[in-house]
Amino acid sequence: MTTPVLEVKDLVKHYHVRGRGQAVRAVDGVSLSIGQGEVLGLVGESGSGKSTIGKCVLRLTEPTAGSVHLSGRDITHLSRRALRPLRRDVHMVFQDPYSSLNPRFTVGQIVAEPLRRHGVARGAQVDERVREMLERVGLGAEMRGRRPHELSGGQRQRVGLARALVLEPKLVVADEPVSALDVSVQASVLNLVADLQRDMGFSCLFITHDLSVVEFLADRIAVMYLGQIVETGPTKKIFAEPQHPYTQALLSAAPEPDPARQRERRRVVLAGEVPSPLDPPSGCRFHTRCPVAVDTCRTEEPALIGVRDEERPVACHLVTATEVPDITGRD
Amino acid sequence: MVGLVLVAGFLVLAIVGPLLTADPAAQDYTAPLAPPSGAHLLGTDDLGRDALARVAYGARVSLEAGVLSVLLAMVVGVPIGLVAGYYRRLLDPVVMRLVDVVLAFPFLIFAVGMAAILGPSLRNVIIALSVSLLPGIVRVTRGEVLVLRELDYVAAAVADGAGDGRIMFRYVLPGATSTLIVQATVGIPTAIIGEATLSFLGLGVQPPTPSWGVVLTAAQQFLDQAPWLAIWPGVMIALSTLGFNLLGDGLRDVLDPRSSR
Repeated sequence: MTTPVLEVKDLVKHYHVRGRGQAVRAVDGVSLSIGQGEVLGLVGESGSGKSTIGKCVLRLTEPTAGSVHLSGRDITHLSRRALRPLRRDVHMVFQDPYSSLNPRFTVGQIVAEPLRRHGVARGAQVDERVREMLERVGLGAEMRGRRPHELSGGQRQRVGLARALVLEPKLVVADEPVSALDVSVQASVLNLVADLQRDMGFSCLFITHDLSVVEFLADRIAVMYLGQIVETGPTKKIFAEPQHPYTQALLSAAPEPDPARQRERRRVVLAGEVPSPLDPPSGCRFHTRCPVAVDTCRTEEPALIGVRDEERPVACHLVTATEVPDITGRD
Repeated sequence: MVGLVLVAGFLVLAIVGPLLTADPAAQDYTAPLAPPSGAHLLGTDDLGRDALARVAYGARVSLEAGVLSVLLAMVVGVPIGLVAGYYRRLLDPVVMRLVDVVLAFPFLIFAVGMAAILGPSLRNVIIALSVSLLPGIVRVTRGEVLVLRELDYVAAAVADGAGDGRIMFRYVLPGATSTLIVQATVGIPTAIIGEATLSFLGLGVQPPTPSWGVVLTAAQQFLDQAPWLAIWPGVMIALSTLGFNLLGDGLRDVLDPRSSR
């Protein structure tokens, strides 16, 4: 097997709450890896720590513990200066297209920045690359002179994509790139991401709370709950047979396009709120809301292991070689 | 708009005024404390000097003090605020506690103290006022930087491998310019009043050089005999202050990206 483009091991990120001596455990022991040209969908609710993982991968925030390897190289403790040349290979698409573009720069300047920074092109070459890249994301050359406030949300996000991809990185971290857009625009931007991914072959860590988006884009998915991954595996397998009770609840909450089937379906509504990451529950973090929790769940933390299938580890005591919990069939 | 007109008017007065009027130091011994007349439009002071000339020339001195002290405070304060806000962990606590110490003194008290230490002269007034204005500017700059450095486009620049200097000057500072321009415009009237106060107290510009504050001090002794001497410098101070304040408000509306976009 070749070295994964991104490998995250036991990543921990705690944010200290001032004056209270407590820590928000935003990410608490997450491991994941992404192979060449693979798209990993990282799914979870708000506050589950998925964006924090994205930021740690780019070292926009410093991990508390654990390690991040890019193409086999440990970047966890590299200095900012040493990190600089590696930045060519990773870029990020941000959630909010309104704050992710420098309002004082023109679109052309924004897309040209990475090229200049890394000395990839100069002079007329820069213009050429910028025009080409803008064209690939579906923006005409006349957009180059515009400033971000003259563009729509969808156009801005295309500029964000162009900026992220202009250096042809090996890995793109996309942090909810479409959730700030109108639904109609979401589809076109997602198609664009899918097309570009196929053409350019970059690996992608796609962070989202939208299950239909991952189903469409991701080769594999990882489901997060309260700073930990509860289930991961190939998208098709997980959608076909979710094993972790939380994944089952998430999938049952997503609407079904066929109204007849939608009516027949049974939705599981989880009781209660996500517990505070300041003081996560003992044992399995999901046990406070899990309808099938047993005593072991309250005391012992389940490991993320592939009991039934090597390819898709699940962190649940109830998933055994012979049995899988099913919360959708219960009343 | 009104502010712009007023400020423009004062700038014209300060530049052109002294050229058109009499020598502000020339004395007419025949007519001390003369009321307004054809020869002396605003009358004369106790030494027979033309009041109009002194007010016009005083505009030059007062505006110079106001504008230069704010400029000096900006030149020093903006980089300090920028660096303090950007290196929040390292420098911010130290810089902000120093700023708090200075801010604990009322603006004028601090300026008076500084001027008393430095000694009276136009140059020292400007230094004293700018040091007093400094903490406000540092604080405003830092506040803006703290907001701006968290924006995604700054994160994008970091992700891109941009250096600290480039991020500060190309990404963070430009976002703060409109606020800073407004802050400067609003600082000028404070400085003008500061200069007038210092001069009034004898800690500022020294006679015979006329600044509005100096003219006002001299006129104070003759309020009952020649009230016209005190009125005009007072009106000038009030109107210029109003003008710069209105201009600042207007600029805020025009430049603030939140209101125009």
